[in-house]
Amino acid sequence: MAVAKPLPHDAAHLHVTGQARYVDDIPTPRGTLHLAFGLSSEAHGEITAMDLSAVRASPDVVAVLTAQDLPFDNDVSPAAHDEPLLATGTVHYVGQPVFLVVAHSHRAARVAARRAQITYAPRPALLTLEAALAADSRFEDGPRIYQKGDAAAALAAAAHVVEDSFEIGGQEHFYLEGQAALAQPQEDGGMLVNSSTQHPTEIQHKVAEAIGLPMHAVRVETRRMGGGFGGKESQGNALAVACAIAARATGQTCKMRYDRDDDMTITGKRHAFRISYRAGFDDDGHLLGVEFTHLVDCGWAQDLSLPVADRAMLHSDNAYLIPAIRIESHRLKTNRQSATAYRGFGGPQGMLGIERMMDHAAHHLGLDPVVLRQRNYYASAAEIAGGTDEHIDTPPRAQTEAQANRQPNSHTDNTTPYGQLVEDFELHGLTEQLLQSADYAARKADIADWNARHDRLKRGIAFSPVKFGISFTLTHLNQAGALVHVYQDGSVHLNHGGTEMGQGLFQKVAQVAASRFGISLDKVKITATDTAKVPNTSATAASSGSDLNGMAVKAACDTIRDRMAQHLAEQYQQPLSAVRFVDDQVQIGAETLSFEEAAMACYTGRISLSSTGFYKTPKLEWDRIQGKGRPFFYFAYGAAITEVVIDRLTGENRILRADMLHDAGASLNPALDIGQVEGAYVQGAGWLTTEELVWDQQGTLRTHAPATYKIPACSDRPDVFNVALWKGENREDSIYRSKAVGEPPFMLGISAWLALSDALRAVGPAYPALNAPATAEEIWRACRRVTADHKTDQTGATSDGD
Amino acid sequence: MTITFRLNGETISLADYAPTATLLDWLREERGLTGTKEGCNEGDCGACTVMVTDAQGAKPLNACILFLPQLHGKSIRTVEGVAGPDGQLHPVQSAMITHHGSQCGFCTPGFVMSMVTAHTNGAQDYDDQLAGNLCRCTGYAPIIRAAEAAEAAPVPDWLNEPRNFLLPEISRGRAEGPGAEPPNTDMRAEPPIMDNRAEPPKINMRAETLASDNPSLRPQSSDQLAAAYAARPDATLIAGATDVGLWVTKQLRDLDDVIFLDGCDDLKTIDTLPDGSLRFGAMVDMNRLRDALATRHPSYGEMLRRFASQQVRAAATIGGNIANGSPIGDNPPALIALDARVHLRQGDSRRSLPLEELFLDYGKQDRNPGEFVEAITLPPQPQMQPDAPPDTQPDQLRIYKLSKRFDQDISAVLGAFNITLDDGRIATARIAFGGMAGVPKRAPHVEAALIGQPWSQATISAAQGAFARDFTPMSDMRASADYRLAAAANMLARYYDDLGQTQTPTHVLEVR
Repeated sequence: MAVAKPLPHDAAHLHVTGQARYVDDIPTPRGTLHLAFGLSSEAHGEITAMDLSAVRASPDVVAVLTAQDLPFDNDVSPAAHDEPLLATGTVHYVGQPVFLVVAHSHRAARVAARRAQITYAPRPALLTLEAALAADSRFEDGPRIYQKGDAAAALAAAAHVVEDSFEIGGQEHFYLEGQAALAQPQEDGGMLVNSSTQHPTEIQHKVAEAIGLPMHAVRVETRRMGGGFGGKESQGNALAVACAIAARATGQTCKMRYDRDDDMTITGKRHAFRISYRAGFDDDGHLLGVEFTHLVDCGWAQDLSLPVADRAMLHSDNAYLIPAIRIESHRLKTNRQSATAYRGFGGPQGMLGIERMMDHAAHHLGLDPVVLRQRNYYASAAEIAGGTDEHIDTPPRAQTEAQANRQPNSHTDNTTPYGQLVEDFELHGLTEQLLQSADYAARKADIADWNARHDRLKRGIAFSPVKFGISFTLTHLNQAGALVHVYQDGSVHLNHGGTEMGQGLFQKVAQVAASRFGISLDKVKITATDTAKVPNTSATAASSGSDLNGMAVKAACDTIRDRMAQHLAEQYQQPLSAVRFVDDQVQIGAETLSFEEAAMACYTGRISLSSTGFYKTPKLEWDRIQGKGRPFFYFAYGAAITEVVIDRLTGENRILRADMLHDAGASLNPALDIGQVEGAYVQGAGWLTTEELVWDQQGTLRTHAPATYKIPACSDRPDVFNVALWKGENREDSIYRSKAVGEPPFMLGISAWLALSDALRAVGPAYPALNAPATAEEIWRACRRVTADHKTDQTGATSDGD
Repeated sequence: MTITFRLNGETISLADYAPTATLLDWLREERGLTGTKEGCNEGDCGACTVMVTDAQGAKPLNACILFLPQLHGKSIRTVEGVAGPDGQLHPVQSAMITHHGSQCGFCTPGFVMSMVTAHTNGAQDYDDQLAGNLCRCTGYAPIIRAAEAAEAAPVPDWLNEPRNFLLPEISRGRAEGPGAEPPNTDMRAEPPIMDNRAEPPKINMRAETLASDNPSLRPQSSDQLAAAYAARPDATLIAGATDVGLWVTKQLRDLDDVIFLDGCDDLKTIDTLPDGSLRFGAMVDMNRLRDALATRHPSYGEMLRRFASQQVRAAATIGGNIANGSPIGDNPPALIALDARVHLRQGDSRRSLPLEELFLDYGKQDRNPGEFVEAITLPPQPQMQPDAPPDTQPDQLRIYKLSKRFDQDISAVLGAFNITLDDGRIATARIAFGGMAGVPKRAPHVEAALIGQPWSQATISAAQGAFARDFTPMSDMRASADYRLAAAANMLARYYDDLGQTQTPTHVLEVR
């Protein structure tokens, strides 16, 4: 069977020979026009005058469009209808598109776009979370609050309380292929759009609105993206719509791609957060109650901020059973780029909140940070079934005073803050296995010894777990379609609604199709995502690609296979159960046909060899206003241990070793899944270390190119980098019992940040109180914090004793 | 002027092109070779990497900031040109597939070209070879595994490039390669921008004639450069184009008068002078500078390793790094700590001055119109033994580069320290910084606090207090002012730890 094999990416040969085509590589007709946006230079202001004569006079310019020139809907938002393609009177951030240049070349368009004379009447710009909160500038009427139990009462009764507030920076996606789109006008006014998008249906929808035609008049095709990471879920709308409008206006094919600086200046990034926490513990470190406040920098437009902020709340527990918790989330509107989807979709920020809190608590309580975490884990499936789990390092709870504060039998409550029962908790065994394979205890002792012998350089090591909920929290998005044809020569044409951005989705889904037909993978042709083949698709996001589309493809294949089996069984006078598809053959009792022969037999027998397939995720029920229900089909798990070294003179730091064990269920393709884990870890560690977004006082993003925004380079990966998959299978009935793997391992990078915090403990006694990202400068500042007088410790905790 | 180069084995002659057209745009838009990608258009991501072979061998270069005239006489391989004639993959390509080295695939052609170049050169320091290629998907580990898996395979025959293909071919009057036009057929085409048009060249012209058909655009010697620049002091000099390239691709400037320096071979020399000084021509690139200095000053070599990626180091020149006057160029403070002199030339007149005196103020240098950097010289260091081999020379130089990312990043602070002792006391001190002022700048008060004092922790601690008298750094996206000042002072403490011992690591990069 093709599933579970570690096969290379389906396009690997095309990648390495330069033949893989991205949007900007598609041959275009003669006369293709190129587009560029003119951008706002003000963070907030009224446009009082706009002189575009120099733009129009610039060489090779064909047309210049403003909001007044748009024939239909001026909107590129995914939902809220609050994001005009071109500004209408008011600008809301530095970099907002104000006008559109259509020119004979990419460079001519860019040159012209800089020649505008625009006068603004500046308005006060909200450039900080404080300013936005003070102005009550927010999305939704007030904060969203999820709670379970009485957190305030639990905190009041707790023997130990830790509290603090810290900053989490955003993150630029830095997909290597910038945003790009190409629109070719069709003979009947329709539009064929090639877009580098994770969401072809939304591109289709927005383009149709913009040119005033039904969705059937617009066809969107996406073969591949050069990386997405969430940054191409909604951010490609503007380019595709601009191309379609310009193509409609000129009758010519139009192409738009952002120069890297424009891309980083215009498009949204990961949401920056400030998270405040108060947590109460008993003497043994059992969590009694937690209060979180999330301040979320959503930027100027709503985009996907509500579900992002929701998901941050939904991951505020991470792997820990919390008897009483209150989470308050403020979705603040500021004059920055509209923050958008980014791998993890708020989950990483929510998770970092509680991991920071656990780190702080371990420091305060003088407990081993791993033991503290294990002590608060959710119960395993075996435990909630009434059995005893094998290995939890927990003192008998009956002996602790904390018992009174917990549920009578804590195992009867294994629910998340939003009321979902955790039925598939894998982290007890997974943690133990990782601690062993990474030789954690011995290395921790070695590091302590090393630190005692080194004054200026200090090492640190830390563990962090991941529990990540799988499903779109907007429940209706959890559906997918597929279209499969078997041709008379036995070759298979495969199409589905998911998009390929490097994650290997196409290969995984092809493996599913090959397995259903019992044929080898080379018989399956993977084709570009196309809104004309599979309609009404959801974004390839929320790690759902292979779960949803794999199931839809399975359904389509099984429909065809069952028709073939029925026909062949009748033809050969055999019971249906005697028909088997295996090893590129179809066995019908004692008869054996090649798959090609079987396909031809069915064709000549006038059997339909084409089918759609459809899938919707079962068991989901979610009320996002109340914060109650089952938003997730299942959870994916993982854990990592990272070792770092810091220099307390300069704050310079680096990762020495990382070990991780990740739960991909019964992996559809272990090689691709390990690739996801390795890449996600480095991207996650980058978010928390070197990747710093800096805006100046005027609200201009100063880190708008790789010269100033530093994603991890080759040597930043851990010197020792051990990645393994947890041997298990999904307890839910997912595609071949696999688990989603796109986002969850991103949060393994949190262990790198915690390891920096651990190293700082060797520098001084106070809690390091790290912010993210922990740049060299932030580590240097933390060095000063930990060695400062305890009175200046802002943690609010009593003097730390470890 | 007509330029001639080889592209994937085919000889190409171009007469009609803009002098600041980039190789990347030409490949993608004129040749339809879209395998070479644009990721950033500023030489920082490596997606556009191609392999360029010239007299010095094969090097990876960023095609996005490489102007067509810089290619004259060189051989270029793009990702489309590394597989064999029958489609057999280069060992690096095969290994990238087997080891899952590509995910989204967009960075992959650039990685393949850097890896092919490293493989061709037998280089195995992959973190360094690939520092200029960014990948957002894989976390790099599978790419490194692929590079290691391919390293034992021989260099494929089909990749043999002549190191200097133009000379023999031109002297024979013909070019080789399928579809190649004899370079002389295009020579009658008019030079694109110059008024003083050369006479139509003759058949069987000599290489010098071809290359010098427009000496004021692409001079062949420092004499020709001096004459051209004296006549057109407003022209933009283009050496490696790692900075000027961005004027074109990012600032969208039209450089209507340019002079390409890469034909000036006499500016590429490295000489040891009779007094033991080292003289570097202005066109010495960073990799050659590194080779020349790494033995004598290992810390300088390490700084140059981190100075920029392979692609940028192979293009960037010492003259360019000095003449652009950046306060955050890494070479000037390092050279000032070594008491370097800069040699300037204007027409036939030459002068030299201590390098630190060149930098007058932010954006302002002691350099006259039409005057260019011809060379720098490094005097013998005070404690050097005239006859001892370089690796046994006493070396007190330490350079500390502080940046957000270790590789391919612009320094927030670069500190260069060079102190000599005499009988336990500090005899001389040259300490210079980048990133701490509007110019590369010495630390006179710190030096004064050190000279004559015993070499002790107490002396260091006392001198650290003098940094605030020497520097008032600024805050920007790389670092804030107080951090810069504290880190600079702490570098002196690191220097104290560093000198005289090699056992204990003093930098996180030394910890394994």
